[in-house]
Amino acid sequence: MKTKMLLAGVTAGVMFAGSVLASTLDDVRARGKLNCIINTGLAGFAAPDDKGNWTGFDVDFCRAVAAATLGDADKVNYTTATGKTRFTKLAAGEGELLSRNTTWTFSRDVDLSQTFIGVNYYDGQGFMVPKALGVKSAKGLDGASVCIQTGTTTELNLAEFFAGNNIKYNPVPIETNAEAQELYKAGRCDVYTTDASGLYATMMSFDNPSDHMVLPEIVSKEPLGPVVRHGDDQWADIVAWVLRAMMAGEEKGITSKNVKELAAKDNKDKEINRLLGKDPLQGLSKLGLSADWAVNVISQVGNYQESFEKHLFPLTIKRGMNALYRDGGLHYIPPIK
Amino acid sequence: MTFFSNIWRNEKSREIIVQILVLFFLGWFISWLVMNVNANFEALGKDISFEFLFIPAGYDINQYLIDYNNRDSHLRAGIVGLLNTGLVAFFGIILATVLGVALGIIRLSKNWLASKIAYWYVEFTRNVPILLHILLWHGIIINTLPHPRKAISLGEVTFLSNRGFYIPKPLTESGIELVYLFFVVAIIFSILFAKYCKRKQDLTGVQYPVFWINFSVICFLPLIAFFLSGMPISLEIPALKGFNFRGGMHMSPELAALTFALGIYTAAFIAEIVRAGILAIDKGQREAAESIGLKPSKVMNLVILPQARRVIIPPLTSQYLNLTKNSSLAIAIGYMDLVATLGGISLNQTGREMETMLIVMLIYLSVSLSISAFMNWYNSKVKLVGR
Repeated sequence: MKTKMLLAGVTAGVMFAGSVLASTLDDVRARGKLNCIINTGLAGFAAPDDKGNWTGFDVDFCRAVAAATLGDADKVNYTTATGKTRFTKLAAGEGELLSRNTTWTFSRDVDLSQTFIGVNYYDGQGFMVPKALGVKSAKGLDGASVCIQTGTTTELNLAEFFAGNNIKYNPVPIETNAEAQELYKAGRCDVYTTDASGLYATMMSFDNPSDHMVLPEIVSKEPLGPVVRHGDDQWADIVAWVLRAMMAGEEKGITSKNVKELAAKDNKDKEINRLLGKDPLQGLSKLGLSADWAVNVISQVGNYQESFEKHLFPLTIKRGMNALYRDGGLHYIPPIK
Repeated sequence: MTFFSNIWRNEKSREIIVQILVLFFLGWFISWLVMNVNANFEALGKDISFEFLFIPAGYDINQYLIDYNNRDSHLRAGIVGLLNTGLVAFFGIILATVLGVALGIIRLSKNWLASKIAYWYVEFTRNVPILLHILLWHGIIINTLPHPRKAISLGEVTFLSNRGFYIPKPLTESGIELVYLFFVVAIIFSILFAKYCKRKQDLTGVQYPVFWINFSVICFLPLIAFFLSGMPISLEIPALKGFNFRGGMHMSPELAALTFALGIYTAAFIAEIVRAGILAIDKGQREAAESIGLKPSKVMNLVILPQARRVIIPPLTSQYLNLTKNSSLAIAIGYMDLVATLGGISLNQTGREMETMLIVMLIYLSVSLSISAFMNWYNSKVKLVGR
């Protein structure tokens, strides 16, 4: 213990201050703004638009949590993080919410003392190559130089895939998506690998997207979802149910257009009534949210489908696994009762 | 009262009191930091543990000087990274020293053009941040050199491409022992011959071209052995297979860019240090040396540089340290050094940011201290010879 303390003291420079005493919700309310940690730039998920406002699928989720807790989706401070710094930033209290296409794994959930509250996008690692290379399958990549965005689960999947297929490769680890794109475009690498969603986003930002292709192999399971710090169950529940409310919106046909109307009348489907605050939802007060929390989320941000179609359809991403269970996808939420 | 004021007025006891106070506050500050870290770790439900070092790293490294695969531990991955740091620092220091010394001397040359070129080199280079140097060189290599399929071929054995430089790799076969033996013999001969010549010169003043004789012996003796034993060295020529070249020796664009950038940047500082060292030698020394008829090169090598060395070495040490530490910027271009492996991917995979950063800091500290220790030893040696 003594040595541990001494060692810890030596690194005071890299230490973080800020402790987790007051409830997260109180902190957010007192500040009047939600601090949300997002990607440094990934088209469709978190990227600045032409006016300099952050926009995207992950950004929408930050906005939804702000709408539920503060009543205004615009009350968000965005902090960007690379794959490497995101957990440290969350742990250090630079944000209450990490909404940055983060893969849910055992060790991240358990060992890093943070809580994954659900999956908002089912993804998998894929490979992008220039069509001119003439490769049709990832198994044909023997000896290729592979650009990897470092600080992700990507390195491990890649190592396992190539070792499993007994083929060699030459890894080129790069810190951010933007730098990795440049190296790929300059021909430093034959292949760029990251989550398939990221590949589509990257490809669409090229001058000639049609010169590139994503190979059919998906080599990993990447359930991406929002993350909060361990230890505040109230906050974790709030974030989890905001995500479920967005999906319930799609399931029940509640959209940003008709939500006000549905909230005003008595619906046949009582679940809609409970979600929109018409009928009491038992336990809502324990979350510290007002009755119109879900109305705020859906009216200001939209339901899951609206957010998905707005940000990800332009990237030619299909619903696939990310459809609701009834449409053949994986999203299945607990009942709201 | 008078007792205390007496203590305070006494210079000796006052010194002690001040030192005790400073020590006390330092101790208090450190223990406050430690307690703060512990409190925060506890609040976050984290502990400090180094067990992660021994679990498999799981990721691959593109350049390794010792055997490594993704089943090896994080510790080994860290060592591979450390060796990569060492490699680039080694090449960088050699390049920086050679270039820096040459430029420092040229800067003082009477040739107007040469001296101005050295001047502008120094001013341009040292006033641009090192990170930009690294990105610039990396950009130049990957953007101007062709794809491996259109690689620039030098005699069909050496290839330049944006994936790096490929040169033939010597492979040894049986019979190589004779070459090694002759090489050792040549070295021993050279040492003895140099000693003999020195004594001869001390006694009689006769000079032999020691350097050229020894150089030829060391080059040609193993060469003779090479032919005698039936040429036991073959070359593995790099060849384009699939996406990249296979075989031969490979220098990645990242290593090349980093070496150039660190070497060229640090050379500018070393040039100034060398210039200062030379200017610190009284001009009477030069005039005296010239008046006894020494050639300009001898004046420099025998009279000026040995004395200038004493002035040059301490600041030179700190340049070597800077270069080694600057090599951690490698992460910007994806060269897998210590910071990229243990302080980067391992940190992210295990989430042990405090532990990995501690280790990385301690390693940089010990590397720097060893370089310092070596240079101090060298400095004291030069000093003794000089006086």
